[in-house]
Amino acid sequence: MLGNLTWAAIPFDQPLPLYATGAVGIVILAVLGLVTVKGWWPYLWRDWLTSVDHKRIGAMYLILGLVMLLRGYSDAIMMRTQQAIAVGDAQGYLPPDHYDQIFSAHGTIMIFFVAMPLVIGLMNFVVPLQLGVRDVAFPVLNSVSFWLTASGALLVNVSLVVGNFARTGWMGYPPLSGLAYSPGEGVDYYLWPLQISGIGTLLTGVNFVTTILKLRAPGMIYFRMPVFCWTALAANMLIIAAFPILTATFVMLLLDRYVGMHFFTNDAGGNQMMYVNLFWAWGHPEVYILILPAFGVFSEVVATFSGKGLFSYRSMVLATLGICILSFTVWLHHFFTMGAGADVNAFFGIMSAIIAVPTGVKIFNWLFTLFRGRIVFTTPILFAIGFMVTFVIGGMTGVLLAVPPVDFVLHNSVFLVAHFHNVIIGGVVFGALAGYNYWFPKAFGFTLDERWGKASFWCWLVGFYLAFMPLYVLGLMGMTRRLEHIPDPGWQPLLLVAEVGAIVIFLGILCQIAQLYVSIRTREVRRDLTGDPWNARTLEWSTSSPPPPYNFAVLPRVETIDAFWEMKRRGVAAVEPAYETIEMPRNSPIGFVIAFFAVIAGFSAIWHIWWLVILGLLAIAVTVLTFGWSENREREVPAADVARMERARLGLGRPA
Amino acid sequence: MHDWRYATPDAPHAPASRARHVPRRSGLVRWLVVGAAVMVASCQPAGVLDPQGPIASAQLLLLINSTAIMLVVVVPVILATLGFAWWYRSSNARASRSWDPAFEGRIEFVTWSIPALIVILLGGVIWIGSHQLDPRAPISANANPLRVDVVALDWKWLFIYPDQGIAAVNQLVVPVGTPVDFRLTSATVMNSFFVPQLGSQIYTMGGMTTHLNLLADQPGEYPGFSANFSGDGFSEMRFVAKAVPAGDFDAWVTQARGAGSALDEAAYAELAKPSQAVPPTTYRSVEPKLFEHIIEQTVSGPEKAGVGAAWCPPAWQVGG
Repeated sequence: MLGNLTWAAIPFDQPLPLYATGAVGIVILAVLGLVTVKGWWPYLWRDWLTSVDHKRIGAMYLILGLVMLLRGYSDAIMMRTQQAIAVGDAQGYLPPDHYDQIFSAHGTIMIFFVAMPLVIGLMNFVVPLQLGVRDVAFPVLNSVSFWLTASGALLVNVSLVVGNFARTGWMGYPPLSGLAYSPGEGVDYYLWPLQISGIGTLLTGVNFVTTILKLRAPGMIYFRMPVFCWTALAANMLIIAAFPILTATFVMLLLDRYVGMHFFTNDAGGNQMMYVNLFWAWGHPEVYILILPAFGVFSEVVATFSGKGLFSYRSMVLATLGICILSFTVWLHHFFTMGAGADVNAFFGIMSAIIAVPTGVKIFNWLFTLFRGRIVFTTPILFAIGFMVTFVIGGMTGVLLAVPPVDFVLHNSVFLVAHFHNVIIGGVVFGALAGYNYWFPKAFGFTLDERWGKASFWCWLVGFYLAFMPLYVLGLMGMTRRLEHIPDPGWQPLLLVAEVGAIVIFLGILCQIAQLYVSIRTREVRRDLTGDPWNARTLEWSTSSPPPPYNFAVLPRVETIDAFWEMKRRGVAAVEPAYETIEMPRNSPIGFVIAFFAVIAGFSAIWHIWWLVILGLLAIAVTVLTFGWSENREREVPAADVARMERARLGLGRPA
Repeated sequence: MHDWRYATPDAPHAPASRARHVPRRSGLVRWLVVGAAVMVASCQPAGVLDPQGPIASAQLLLLINSTAIMLVVVVPVILATLGFAWWYRSSNARASRSWDPAFEGRIEFVTWSIPALIVILLGGVIWIGSHQLDPRAPISANANPLRVDVVALDWKWLFIYPDQGIAAVNQLVVPVGTPVDFRLTSATVMNSFFVPQLGSQIYTMGGMTTHLNLLADQPGEYPGFSANFSGDGFSEMRFVAKAVPAGDFDAWVTQARGAGSALDEAAYAELAKPSQAVPPTTYRSVEPKLFEHIIEQTVSGPEKAGVGAAWCPPAWQVGG
């Protein structure tokens, strides 16, 4: 009846995860209780859970990413603590089977459920506004994408209480992740959530490529699009090209595990090298799916707070597209040590180094944007400058690892760990936090507190250097990654420094929470009534903060790059147009309902409860068909309502 | 001492609450100094930074050269970022803000050229380095190469000396100045064989053979381990690579031949069972073609041995 699921799956004998989840459960119950007592459910359901508004969905992605950041961070501090104390004779506080789950979950969660939601959330919120349009191409599909991502995140976290997570590392290399060496539900808790959220991500890619190619304000030819939209286009094209590879690879591993096939096993003609190749054929483009939008954020932030246009727009676009294409030609640098010949290794090494050219051009462009600018030091530009300094170091160590003979001695060491945290924290996370601080006033109508924001920046920056510079040194000293026990007592001082760094990063996260709390408390005095708190350049700032559901009463007419800056310069922004009736998509519960059944189907598949898997999939099919055939999918906002809302905001914005 | 001078606020416009700030700032500086001292003290040459053979030395040199090539750009970029950000702050009345757009094309030429030149230079380094330090390439030396077959097991290393007819677990003894010609495989999941002070690591994979050539210049004991996560016993999957003078190596072989048990099918089946933190041992003799047999039976799979789908490391099958 319940497949492999028994009471033994609940870790009653392991107090640590049980207490932790108990505490989280109490917090969740308290929040749900508060929502119930205050009677917020109808509002939440109507305006958020079933919303197809790209701005709401973007905000929910960011909330998901930030909540999962806390989970991923908990894993990180547990690992750092174990490595700092389990030295020599000491065994630390985590047995291998627990420690191995923690580093596997840390990587999985940070990539798929922190970095991806943060980046996709920013793209959701910003892209339609920057393009000067009212929503994405397929708004309901967008909601489905979000809820499938959230399902994946939920399922991964269920493994804390019911059963175990994978003990294979976040790449899940076979044969270790195959049935012979990982029986039980652990690897399935890795595969199914990523399959479910992967479908959501693929749909996001389709949605955004369509949006950017087909929906743009009148006059916005490709070479007038803001750079963030270019990077979003590149990232989503990469999603479309790369995510199916991951899905297909995981299907093969699932077939190995569930029906005894031999794609990747040691025996019967399986080939583990194929998994590694396929994984990284997705994995390396994935890196650029994350970093390109972050580059886009920095382009907007640096231009805005330097008070001048981005230097060399055309180079920036060319570099973005160059990286997009090159990202598919370098995957082998993740396993130079597999034994390929010198020609193959040298080819992939050189291709990897070539990516440094467009990336270097981008750095120079930001540098020349700062040059002779009028720089206003807000939290977003601090993150941008912190990024430029940090990222060139990460880029340098990356090119170093692209030299095959050097990689032979640094591969899989904590030097590598330091390198990719250098580019992911210094690039993706700083980018996401810069974007969060930059666009928050647009999303919610009030600015975030600068003092707490700057404090969080300094904690993140200093914490990063303290946590990861020691790892560079330790990697050179011969420390490999994923050690549950440290053999060399000489490494302990540096591991303790890294531990301190991790704690400083936590202070940064606390400052962010404080920033949000303080800003909400004092929101009345920090209202953004102009819609343009930063004197910015692109179209999202031409509408009110927060924007009306339809974004723009009249679609803006675009004649240049930095369209809004040009409008402000010419003073055309203030002219009141003739309002027309606007057709908007109706909110739909389909995303939430599909996700609900996807969680059930995924959970049942993990535990081999086949009848429930079939029921869940049937329910999804029925849901899709029912909603697919409904006719009532649009609503109209009458011209009079548009006029009333617009006059209200214009009246607030400037003297009538 | 230099750092301590900065510990006291020297800005003339320090706030009135200066006295309160002094101890806090010097506290921070003290932490930084202690931290820096710890870093420096920990940076005794070790691992990759302390090469003991020609491969490792060449790789360290390559690492240093590549870093130096890139620092030529990286350091100025970092300084320029900080410098521009500070000088062009909005409150700086002395900063010139005029900008000539006609200049843009020429700057673009430079911004593409600088990284391109660096990468062309590095590309050459990569091409030559990859070929010179190909793990498969034999090392030229006066002595004939010593053949060692390496098998990764759960969770220990088996070293077979086919020409000497002996084997060792978690202990690799090689003569100084003699090239070592490794063939490597895994009887279990993927691992990576790595002795940082001797150079290149290489994956070991079930059913497959990889090749690696290393040489130790100096006698000594160098830590080796698996550099690819392989399960619960991974952290203790360590061995010591002992480089000894040629005479001592011969003595060790003789001693090994006269002690320990024989590594026959039954002994291998016992050894292949998962175990952790295995102390070094030697075998006085080895089943001929054991390495090839291990590859064959890894490929033919544990199912044929009648083991169920449960936890089943490859077991030796008679005639399998």
